Amino acid sequence: MVVTWRKPKPLGERAKLLEMAAVDKAFAGGTLALQDMNLTVNEGDFISLLGPSGCGKSTALRLIAGLMHPTRGQIRWEGGEAEIGVVFQEPTLMPWATVEQNVYLPFRLKGQSFVQVRDDIHLVLKLVGLEKFAKAYPRELSGGMKMRVSIARAMVTRPRLILMDEPFAALDEITRHKLNKDLLELKEKIASTVIFVTHSVFESVFLSDRIVVMAARPGRVSTELTVDAPYPRGEAFRTSADYAALCRTASDALHAAMGETA
Amino acid sequence: MSLADPALAAGDTPVDADELARARARRRERVLRWLLPSVTVALMIVLWDRIVAWNEIPHYILPGPGLVAQTLVKDAPILLPALGVTLQITLMALAVAVVGGVGLAVLFSLSRWAEMCFYPFAVILQVTPVVSIAPLIFIYVDNRLAGLLLCAWIVAFFPILSNTTLGLNSTDHNLRDLYRIYGATRWQRLRYLQIPTALPYFLGGLRIAGGLSLIGAVVAEYVAGTGGIGSGLAFRILEAGYRLNIPRMFAALALIALTGVVIFAVLSLITHLMLHKWHESAIKREN
Ligand SMILES: Nc1ncnc2c1ncn2[C@@H]1O[C@H](COP(=O)(O)OP(=O)(O)OP(=O)(O)O)[C@@H](O)[C@H]1O
Ligand SMILES: [Mg+2]
Repeated sequence: MVVTWRKPKPLGERAKLLEMAAVDKAFAGGTLALQDMNLTVNEGDFISLLGPSGCGKSTALRLIAGLMHPTRGQIRWEGGEAEIGVVFQEPTLMPWATVEQNVYLPFRLKGQSFVQVRDDIHLVLKLVGLEKFAKAYPRELSGGMKMRVSIARAMVTRPRLILMDEPFAALDEITRHKLNKDLLELKEKIASTVIFVTHSVFESVFLSDRIVVMAARPGRVSTELTVDAPYPRGEAFRTSADYAALCRTASDALHAAMGETA
Repeated sequence: MSLADPALAAGDTPVDADELARARARRRERVLRWLLPSVTVALMIVLWDRIVAWNEIPHYILPGPGLVAQTLVKDAPILLPALGVTLQITLMALAVAVVGGVGLAVLFSLSRWAEMCFYPFAVILQVTPVVSIAPLIFIYVDNRLAGLLLCAWIVAFFPILSNTTLGLNSTDHNLRDLYRIYGATRWQRLRYLQIPTALPYFLGGLRIAGGLSLIGAVVAEYVAGTGGIGSGLAFRILEAGYRLNIPRMFAALALIALTGVVIFAVLSLITHLMLHKWHESAIKREN
């Protein structure tokens, strides 16, 4: 696994990874969760999906993850298979398995033996700061630590795309800030692409280089913003005037999107 | 990235008085948990003894505990083999109930069709009192042991089936999605997700089934009735009743009760050993 800091290419020069083209998703009950959703995901992007509750953010992630199929339109992967890691709002660990066994899960399901991948597992645990807890059970960990295990599990196979559905929404502010910063470092180290669903304007600005603002009823892309601030980002960025200005822009865009539905 | 979790990182730091008091309370509770029930039972036996002695109740109406104990020793050559028979039927029925209950539950979880077709039969078997089916069973089944086993099994398998079925269907939906995303096979999902999820449910069912299989074995023997060689404790109770040998009835009864308690204790121990590392039910909170 690569542990050196990788600089992703500038926004305009990234290769396309995935495309959602004119995707509709209607549920059997008649809810139109998504209508004409278009989204291009490039390698190295950190995309935030920002939008009010019920605008179809989770639905978009589930479509990309292949857990359901679009009613109309297409989801196309550029070259290679869909390799995905997922982090849910809850840590979603198996309580009967130790931390390292939980992180081993994606490999186990691919039929690889534990010894084969032990080094990968311990490296990723080290990256999330839990190497000492490899043999602990989830119940011995705090909420933030469980979420780290969940992130480690999503990253251990070094997937091309990592989907995160409001992963830090249930955590306290201090833990969330720390995890935000650590997530950025991890993302660069394993050179992956992230789609991150959030309700928080601040979180989306801090983390992402692209913010996709969505509107509800029916769910669709309202606007897209670019956060043109260099990585690595830290507390200096969080307290900068740029950050405040970007948050205001994103907040306005979100309110505009919510106005569209009213 | 550094982590500091005080609960886990604590070394030999000095402990405050409050903590010490709590530790003492825990120790006291550990002792009392055994002491109190033992003392209560002992007192009840003494009381029983005194009531019999003071009222000069004849032993063919209510024998005192001393006489029951004597009978237990004196009649051991009769009672112990009977206990062996009852125990054998009980344990065999429990084993078959585990295999049948878990097997059916896995089958049901693999095929919803099978569940829809056969679950009603399981419910019917469960809600029909075994005493009312047993006479029929002994008409159709020639082998007495097989008949007894069948009766005990009917009583014992349902809690295992229903609990295990519930457990296999109680997997976390996010984990299920995760398994799908990683392309898990049906078999992997069963083995790594559903079975561990179902384990606490199964063990809960097992503890109930342990007691029920003993009840099933005893009830079935009452119905089967035929005596002689190879008869269990139920038959000895019936027989002693006909002969008005009340002390022996009590002795046999005591053995059955003791057996039930031991079965429950052993199954509880197994449950604890299998779950204490991770399951909420087995975790002791400090405060
Ligand atoms: N399985 C389903 N069946 C029917 N309707 C659904 C289903 N899943 C989602 N919906 C509907 O689709 C719409 C979008 O839901 P979705 O969960 O994607 O929203 P969301 O943006 O993730 O909301 P939140 O921020 O509250 O998580 C909602 O109106 C929801 O009721
Ligand atoms: Mg959602």
